[in-house]
Parts: sequence; C-alpha cells; structure tokens
Amino acid sequence: MNCITDILNSIDITPIWYLIPSLLMFCAGVYGFMTRKNMIAMLISIELMLNAVDINFVVFNRFFFPHSMEGMFFTLFAIAIAAAETALAIAIIINIYRAVKNVDVTSVNEMKF
Amino acid sequence: MDITTTLPVLALLILVIPLFNFLWLGIAGCKLPHKVAAAFGIVGMGTCLVFACMIAYTYFFGGDAAFQTVLADGTLERLPYTVFDHTWLAFTQNLVIKLGFYLDPISAMMLVVITTISFCVHLYSLGYMDGERGFQRYYAFLSLFSFSMLGLVVATNIFQMYIFWELVGASSYLLIGFYYTLPSAVSASKKAFIVTRFADLGFLIGILLLSFYTDTFDFATLNSNPGAVLASTGGATFMGASVLTWALVLIYVGGMGKSAMMPLHIWLPDAMEGPTPVSALIHAATMVVAGVYLVARLFPLYMLEYAATVFIAVVGACTAFYAAVVACAQIDIKRVLAFSTISQIAFMMVSLGVASLGNGEVCHHGLGYMASMFHLFTHAMFKALLFLGAGALIHAVHSNNYTAMGGLRKYMPITHITFLIGCLAIAGIPPFSGFFSKDEILSAAYAWSPFMGVWMTIVAALTAFYMFRLYYLIFWWNDPKFHHTPHDAPWSMSIPLVFLAAVSCVAGFIPFGHYVTWNHLTYDIHLDGAIAISSVIIAILAISLATIMYRKENSLPAKFRAAMPCLWEWAHHRFYWDELYMFVTHKIIFNGICRPIAWFDRHIIDGTMDGFAYITNKASWSIRTLQSGQIQMYVWIYLVGALIIGGIAMLVALA
Repeated sequence: MNCITDILNSIDITPIWYLIPSLLMFCAGVYGFMTRKNMIAMLISIELMLNAVDINFVVFNRFFFPHSMEGMFFTLFAIAIAAAETALAIAIIINIYRAVKNVDVTSVNEMKF
Repeated sequence: MDITTTLPVLALLILVIPLFNFLWLGIAGCKLPHKVAAAFGIVGMGTCLVFACMIAYTYFFGGDAAFQTVLADGTLERLPYTVFDHTWLAFTQNLVIKLGFYLDPISAMMLVVITTISFCVHLYSLGYMDGERGFQRYYAFLSLFSFSMLGLVVATNIFQMYIFWELVGASSYLLIGFYYTLPSAVSASKKAFIVTRFADLGFLIGILLLSFYTDTFDFATLNSNPGAVLASTGGATFMGASVLTWALVLIYVGGMGKSAMMPLHIWLPDAMEGPTPVSALIHAATMVVAGVYLVARLFPLYMLEYAATVFIAVVGACTAFYAAVVACAQIDIKRVLAFSTISQIAFMMVSLGVASLGNGEVCHHGLGYMASMFHLFTHAMFKALLFLGAGALIHAVHSNNYTAMGGLRKYMPITHITFLIGCLAIAGIPPFSGFFSKDEILSAAYAWSPFMGVWMTIVAALTAFYMFRLYYLIFWWNDPKFHHTPHDAPWSMSIPLVFLAAVSCVAGFIPFGHYVTWNHLTYDIHLDGAIAISSVIIAILAISLATIMYRKENSLPAKFRAAMPCLWEWAHHRFYWDELYMFVTHKIIFNGICRPIAWFDRHIIDGTMDGFAYITNKASWSIRTLQSGQIQMYVWIYLVGALIIGGIAMLVALA
C-alpha cells in the first residue's frame, strides 16, 4: 500500500491532468451532437460539452487564481442553468414527439424559409 | 382698471378663451348637442368682446400716464404700451422670439373690431348653420380663427405676427373648406392656402432681411427709431434698390396675399365657397385687412422708403379699379361682395400709400394713415353687415345668384332695410359711416396727387353703381314666383344685422383722429367741402344710373351688354386672371419644370432604390436553400467556421 501511495505522491498533478479529460469530453460532445439523430442523445452531448467547460473553470480557478472564487461560482451558476435548460429541452422534445411521433432530428425541418 | 394687475389678466383671457373653446369644442364637440356647442362659442366670444371693450376704454379714456402724455403745446400723445412680453425662444443674444401683448391705438381699435364682428358672426351662425353637419366643428374653427386674429393684432414683434398670420391662414383654409364634400369648396380652400402661402414666402424673406440688418423683431424698437433702422442697413443695395426697400416691399407682398391685392387676389372670390358668416368674418371684416394692418404697424419704416409706399399706392389703385369693374358684372351676390371687399381694401392700401412722402415726411398731416384705419373700422362694420344680409338672402331663397331673387323687399323687410343701410354706407352717402372714411381717403389721395384723387373718385362712383345694381336686382327688379315664400331670418340672425346697421349709421361721427393717427398725436378731422360735395354728387349720380337701369325689369341692361359684349365678357370672367394663372401653372410650370422633375424622380431616384431591392431579392433567393432546417448541418458549418477563425487567430498570435 505504501508503495502505491508513494507513487501517487510522486506524481505531480498539473492542470493538464484535468484539461485532457475535459478536452476529450468536449470533443465527444461535439461529435455526438453532430452525428446522433436522436434528440435525447444530442441533449446528452450538450451536457457533456457543458460539463467539460465547467471542469475547465474550476481547474483554472484552483490552479491559477487560488485566492478568488469566481470560477467556482460561475460553475455553480452554469450547473443550475444547465439543469433548467435541460428541463426546457426535454419539454420541447416531448412536444415534438407528440407532433411527429418520433424524436429524430432530421424529421424536424419544417422551420425554414 | 389697474394696469399692472387687471390689464394683463384681461389681455391674457382674451387670447385664452377662444383657444380654450377651440380645443374644447374640437376635442369634445362631437359629443355635445348643437346648442351647447354654440353657447360655448357665443358666451366665450361675448366675454372677449366685453374684455376688449374694457381694454380699449382703459387705453383711450383711462388717462393713465402709461398710455398718454400731454406735450408742451397741450396736444395729447398716445403711447404704445406692452402689457406683457414673454420670452418664448431664445436662440442667441439677439435672436430672441417673444410672445406678448402690445397695446397701441391701432391694436386697441382692432381688438374691438374683431371681437365685435366675431361675436355677431357667432350669434348669427346659430341661426344660419342650424342643423348643419359638423356644427360643433364649425364653432371650433371660428374660435381658432378669433384666437389667431387677436394674437395677430396684439403681436409685440414681427415674428409673433408671422406665427399668428399663418394661423389665420390655416383657420381660413379650414373654414373655406368647411363643406369638404363639395369639390368646389375643397379646391377653393386649396387655392386660398397656396396663394397666400406663396405670398407669405415674400413676407418671411422680408422679415429675415429686416431683422438681419436691424438685429430685432420688436415693433417697439423698430418704430421708435426708424432712422436707426435706415442707418443699420449701411446703404446696402440689391438690384438698384436699398435692402430696406426690398425688405419692406417683400413684407408688403405678404400683405398683398392676405389682403387680396392684384395679382394675388384670385383666391378671395373663390373663398366665398365657405359658409356666408365665415365670409363676413374672415373674408370681409378681419383677416383680409391683416395686410393693411401690417403696413400700418410698420408705417414708421414705410415712411422712410418712398419707393415702397408708391408701390403700395399704385398696386392699390389698380386693384381698386379692377375689382370695382369686375364687381359690376358678377351674378353671384357673394362674388359681388367679394370683389367689393377687394376694392375697398385697396382703398385702405392706397390711403396708406399716399400718407407718406418718403424720408420720414408725411403728406397732408399723415391724413392717409388715419383715413385708412378709419375706413378699416367702418368697412368692417358695413361689409360684415352686407355679407350677413347676403347670408339671410341665401338662407331664404337657397341660391347665391341674384337671378333667383328680385322683389324681396316685400318678404324680408328687416334684411331689406339693413342691406340698404349697408349699401348707402359703402356708396358714401352721408350720414352713413362710409362717407366719412372714404372722404378722408379721397382728401389724402388728392393731396398726394390730383390724378390719384380723380382715379379713386371714379372707383368710388363705380362702388356706388355696383352696390346699387346689386341692391335693386335683389330687392326690386321683377317679382319672380318662389316655391316657398321667403321670409326674414330668425332672431339670432336679425339681431346682428340690426346691430351692425345701427353701428354703420353712427360710426362716421366718431372723432377717429382723436384716437388713431400716424404719430399718435390728436388730429381733428375736417371735411374738405369741395371733395365731400363732389364725391357725394358723383355717388348720387351713380346710384341714379343704377336706379334707372335696375329698379324695374327693363331691357336697358341687356342693351348695354349688347353694346359692349367684349367688356361684359371680360369683366364677367374677371379679366381672365384665373385662366392666366391656370395657363402659367399648368402649361408652363407643370410641363416645363414639374414633368422633368417627376421623370427624374420616377426613373433615376426610384430606379436606384428599385435596383437595390431587386439585387437583394435575387441574392436572397439564390442562397435560400442554405437554410435547410437540418440543425446538424448548421452546426457543421458553424464548427468549420469557428475552427477557421480560431486557426487564423492562432496564426496571427504566433506571427
């Protein structure tokens, strides 16, 4: 056990350790948003992107401006608003489902010129 | 009356009451019964009449040191007095526009004239307009007019006068076009508006010229020291005449438009399309004399410029003769009265023109100025009487033409007697008021130039002739069969007639020279025996001729007409002035100027704008398929764009 603790202690945690997963999450979100046809899946992708950004906020605050809390607060706000936004999006999706009997995004193309 | 406390309140109320009536009747009028609306107008105007009389009485007889002073030799000098003068717009140190109340002999006299006639007309309209559609609107417009005209005469400065000058023009337009469903009334109101606006352009340029050189709009400043005004122009000239002459002539052009002097007289006969009481108030007694009032107001300046006063006198003399000739050949009784009005206003203008000899010298003790104001006063009374009488006739027979009348003396005794008094007054038969004022004008004209005196005497003879021609054709001539027996008008129409007739009988005995003179000093009127007797004899001869020709139906007028067909045709068609204007505007101005401009507007201006619209339209049609409705497509484009911008930003940052 000691050995593992030592290894872990010897690793120097830098922001990059956090930013790389965050970047992966963001790219996954972008990819999912552009490729998935299911609107629920697209919504999940949006949440992924949002959470990636939240991580960035927290990390930058923690490492570069440890004496201020703006990044933390901002993240809390973003989480709250994301929750509200999700509720709204779900409501829209339910309505679309009632109208066209599916949640395929390609079938919702009436709102143009 | 206390001049520091009561006078300003009364002065303000005189203006505020009609304005309030206009707003109140204009906004809420359609909800009010006819009688209530009329009561507002009549009571409001009656109050103004009482206040105006109180102000005039205080000014002329109050004896306050602010209003008059006794000179060393015992003569009385009346002083102008500014009741209040509120700074309205202050643009710069010198360019300050004020609104105020200026009291001097002519404005006090005009206050009484306007409120008297306006009150008579308000009362008369109660009967005349009974049951008309838009009755309340009519009273609202009458109140607007009264307000504007009162504001015009009490103006303390030339700019305030200009503001109210335009307001009377607007209310005149509204009232001429009162019957807005009649195409003739609509075109008459447009004509009046456009012609007077055209003249007001001259007025405005004149105001700007004058105030540019003198740095002031105030009448008090301009009139108290006219020599300084002359000096302030510094001898600047334009096209051979001094700028002061130009300014005064241009200001007079504004007056020509309002007072229907040739060649801007064409709107006044057509303005008779309005209701008859309106013609009496606006187009006979008050608004059309605004031009005379304007010249009288600036008389100390006009005295300096002989050229300007000669211009006024000559234009006036030509107009007086022309209008008198045309009045002899009209069929519509209101048109006859309209041309008679033009002719009489021209008398006033001539009188002002002949009062001066230039360089501040006056001719014949400045008699012409007094005579002009006197004639303005008496003419307002008897011409309003004649118009209201004509209204009663039209009300009775439902036609404007004398051919539908004849023999009416038996049916309408009150109208007959009052109309006869009006005719005698305008013809200049003593002891009616017109004799005294016209005689003073003729004396002034003879003193200036014998030719002018003879000319005006001829016009006076024509006046007597055409008025009695009208009188006989209406009340004597033949006895046609009427569908309904005509009868005298109701009391509300008869009372103003009787009142104005009474005024026309006694107004001549007012010692007018004690109140209104060019230098505000008392002047005793003495009748010039030779001129008085000769003018009366000539007037009686003209009346006798009219009696011979028109008392009983006979063939004499037809023979005269057959003997001079050309003259009759030309006079009947007003010497084709309207046709000349039509030719100039339609054929020359419309074709030569307006059509090319219209072409440029349609093809160049509109073409450019249409081109922009066409290009935009085409471009948007060609790219509309980009909007497919597929969200993921948009996101793809967005991402690519964002990456490109990010890449560029990065390159820039690295470089």
